[in-house]
Amino acid sequence: MTKHEFLSELRRRIDQLPTQDKQKSLDFYAEIIDDRMELGGMTEEEAVAAMGPFDEITEQILMDIPLPRLVKARLRPTRALRAWEIVLLILGSPVWLPLSIAAAAVIFSVYAVFWSVVLTFYAVDLTFAISAVASLPTAILLFCTGEPLFGLFFLGAMLILGGLTIGWFFLCNYATKGTWWLCKKTMLGIKSLFIRKENNA
Amino acid sequence: MDHQMKRGLLDICVLAAIQYEDSYGYQIIKDVKPYVEISESTLYPILRRLEATELLTVRSVEHNGRLRKYYHITQAGLDRIAAFSEEWKEIMAIYRFVTREGEPL
Repeated sequence: MTKHEFLSELRRRIDQLPTQDKQKSLDFYAEIIDDRMELGGMTEEEAVAAMGPFDEITEQILMDIPLPRLVKARLRPTRALRAWEIVLLILGSPVWLPLSIAAAAVIFSVYAVFWSVVLTFYAVDLTFAISAVASLPTAILLFCTGEPLFGLFFLGAMLILGGLTIGWFFLCNYATKGTWWLCKKTMLGIKSLFIRKENNA
Repeated sequence: MDHQMKRGLLDICVLAAIQYEDSYGYQIIKDVKPYVEISESTLYPILRRLEATELLTVRSVEHNGRLRKYYHITQAGLDRIAAFSEEWKEIMAIYRFVTREGEPL
């Protein structure tokens, strides 16, 4: 492969990048090939072969460009949209628009459900705590009004509820941590999925 | 070696290759290669990253009827190398502690 062939193949593969990024990459590789021939004493063929596989080169170039710029460059069509494509896009909008909104809504709902469960855990804990606190004056009142048996019952209830409050709080903690971890993993998964898709394209 | 660590080390090696004298792509690869595995495709994003973070600057110089890009280290780049060697002094102390000869516990 000659230097010229190498550069036009590279240009074809990174064609969707912003012009400035594209030119910088091509200049860089052209310079190295020239230097390999001039200083390394290689033939043109050898210098080009030393650059390594195209997949690796393009992947490294794409990896370096921030995701938003990459997406913008990829969304920009390489040619003008044909009339029938525009018509199809508009006619199809009742289908693809609600579908993408629905997908976003589903993801949001899953998050909402998980965090609601966590919130419910805390609400239950709060109920235990309030009941425990409320049991104490009730018990005292019952002791004072000459109902020691019922008083004792409420005192016992207070101790049990107090224990439940503490025990349940640890459960709440685990639920929060677990949900947080799950959210982080999901976000990471979505992002890496997107990056990989961009690179392979 | 850990991927993230290797990436950080490559940045430093590229900066080190230009710390005393401006250099260009081919020469940087030749200088760094004996120490860390580096290729054209890995060097390119590193140079772009270092330029974007202003650790080096680029200028084009005419050479044999074509342009060659020379990379020049900035003060921030030199500071980065200094910070690296400070950090590694600590790491080396830990290394000596970990691998010290002594009675087994």
